[in-house]
Amino acid sequence: MLEQTFQEKIDAEKKIEPKDWMPDDYRKHLIRQISQHAHSEIIGMQPEGNWITRAPSLRAKMILLAKVQDEAGHGLYLYSACETLGVSRAELIQQLHEGKAKYSSIFNYPALSWADMGAIGWLVDGAAIVNQVSLQRTSYGPYSRGMIKICKEESFHQRQGYEIMAEMAKGTPEQKEMAQDALNRFWWPSIMMFGPQDSDSPRTGNAMKWKIKRQTNDELRQSFIDKTVPQAEVIGLKIPDPDLKWNEERGHYDFGEMDWEEFWNVVNGNGPCNKQRLAHHKKAHEDGKWVREASKEYAKKQLNKVNS
Amino acid sequence: MNNNLFKYVLRIADNCLILGQRMSEWCSNGPTLEEDIAMSNISLDMFGQANGFYDYASQIDGQKSADELAFKRNEREFFNFQLIEQENGNFGNTIVRNFLFDAFNFLFYTELSNSTDKTLSALAAKSLKEAKYHLRHSKNWIIRLGDGTNESNQKVQNALNDLWHFTGELFEMDEIDNELLKVCVSVDLNKIKLEWDKIINSTLKIAKLERPTDSYMASGGKKGIHTECLGFLLAEMQYLQRAYPNAKW
Amino acid sequence: MTEQTTVWEVFIQSKNGLAHKHVGNVHADDKVMALENARELYTRRNEGSCIWVVKADNIVSSESEDSEAFFDPANDKIYRHPTFYTMPEGAKHI
Repeated sequence: MLEQTFQEKIDAEKKIEPKDWMPDDYRKHLIRQISQHAHSEIIGMQPEGNWITRAPSLRAKMILLAKVQDEAGHGLYLYSACETLGVSRAELIQQLHEGKAKYSSIFNYPALSWADMGAIGWLVDGAAIVNQVSLQRTSYGPYSRGMIKICKEESFHQRQGYEIMAEMAKGTPEQKEMAQDALNRFWWPSIMMFGPQDSDSPRTGNAMKWKIKRQTNDELRQSFIDKTVPQAEVIGLKIPDPDLKWNEERGHYDFGEMDWEEFWNVVNGNGPCNKQRLAHHKKAHEDGKWVREASKEYAKKQLNKVNS
Repeated sequence: MNNNLFKYVLRIADNCLILGQRMSEWCSNGPTLEEDIAMSNISLDMFGQANGFYDYASQIDGQKSADELAFKRNEREFFNFQLIEQENGNFGNTIVRNFLFDAFNFLFYTELSNSTDKTLSALAAKSLKEAKYHLRHSKNWIIRLGDGTNESNQKVQNALNDLWHFTGELFEMDEIDNELLKVCVSVDLNKIKLEWDKIINSTLKIAKLERPTDSYMASGGKKGIHTECLGFLLAEMQYLQRAYPNAKW
Repeated sequence: MTEQTTVWEVFIQSKNGLAHKHVGNVHADDKVMALENARELYTRRNEGSCIWVVKADNIVSSESEDSEAFFDPANDKIYRHPTFYTMPEGAKHI
């Protein structure tokens, strides 16, 4: 009976709110998905954060810092949304540190040159935007509202990345080479951000039924590729896929096969930066412990003063 | 070109840039996410201020752009306070460094808003709002950490003891300060020293911290004499522009 | 072992004269920090002229199983809306 009312709400495009009854699996699925999304934003601060001190102009510095700061904010919105499901931020951080929670694999790739800032903004944020625009219509209220807020802020992220690539592509030969190299390294990992093919994705069924997901992995991946290929052409960079071809009949781009071995390796913890990203996060957390303790102690003392 | 004015403006710009750079190093390293964002905001404010002052310096110079001034001067050509370039260390260290400077900067911009140089006064008035918030931020943290746990009190007291000898430089008036004071362009640093003392003393008292005794005071930042950490900071900051001298970014 | 912080709900008034709107929450140990964290997180794009923070524990919410009794009775009292009334032709300012 409860399950039926719940599904009717979903089918009628109504939002499920924190106090509503929901199936246990719905709650679990959301906690996993939202927390993973939140962790991704926070870990995602690292590859770009590394380049802030080396940004080559005052303007570039400020823009990159504003972008990375936004990622922190997005992480916070998402942790907040996740907490409405009955789990605390502290527990979520613990899960991340213990390797029980995942984050988007793309951030396990290193940012090796300034051009990577361009590639990450253009491709990684571009892919995130495709995913997030779709998620604005997700069935869980707090997640949907978080997504709407995030989408409003996200568009400058992609633009700043694309602008970097465009400028470098028409700059010195070394700059153009740097930009092409970044594209070569980030193209396939960006495509992989959309996850396994639908045929290999067991959770897609429920996610679609409960309108947590509004489009499938393959649909979103295709949408991203269709948008991005012309963008590369406009700035004169070549996408590293020899099988990439416009298919007039389908009205979409055909593209090559992904390296699924690499995909699963990185997802399962064997990517270039997995250890480093987590170690960085743990260190910041550990180093800050005395600060958080002091802050709590101070607040307690103030309360005692008021109450005495 | 007015060399005195040029150098005076560069000093202010350099303080903003170097502090902005130090604060940006905290990105993804903060004790909480909320504080990570707060420190990035401070960094952004400082870079914005740096931009404004470098633009003015560039106008006075008539040759180099703001970016060239920031990215192509070497260690002996930077005129920031030695206090500003000190490494972040732990969070307590950063807060103490910032607090000592923020109290100064708030008072400095307040006075500079009355400068007869219209551009300087406008830049100062605009930056003052941010300076006020930065002082609030660092002051609140000094108090939280000073009156927090024994460990936090100890860490902050150590930082205060370590950084105190950099505070004397903040109030030194040299020939450039004095020349420009004659035409009411620059700030009389002696005037703001008393106010600075008041802010420091009252805050330290609430924070249960002891003000270190004045002894040896470091000096030289305004003349391009720095501590050894500035070289590393500049090497990192200027690397791309130096490695690709013909590129536009 | 896990550290717990207090959650504060945040309400922002975007412009003078408008009502405060709920925008989300922040974690903070005291009200000063809560206000500052809310400022950092929710007003980076000029979205605020005034911030309220309220401890999440202090928010009282209506229950969804009460919503029928709470809200449906208002649905059929359409005489509370001005559109319910027919005004004579030519009558002005009413």
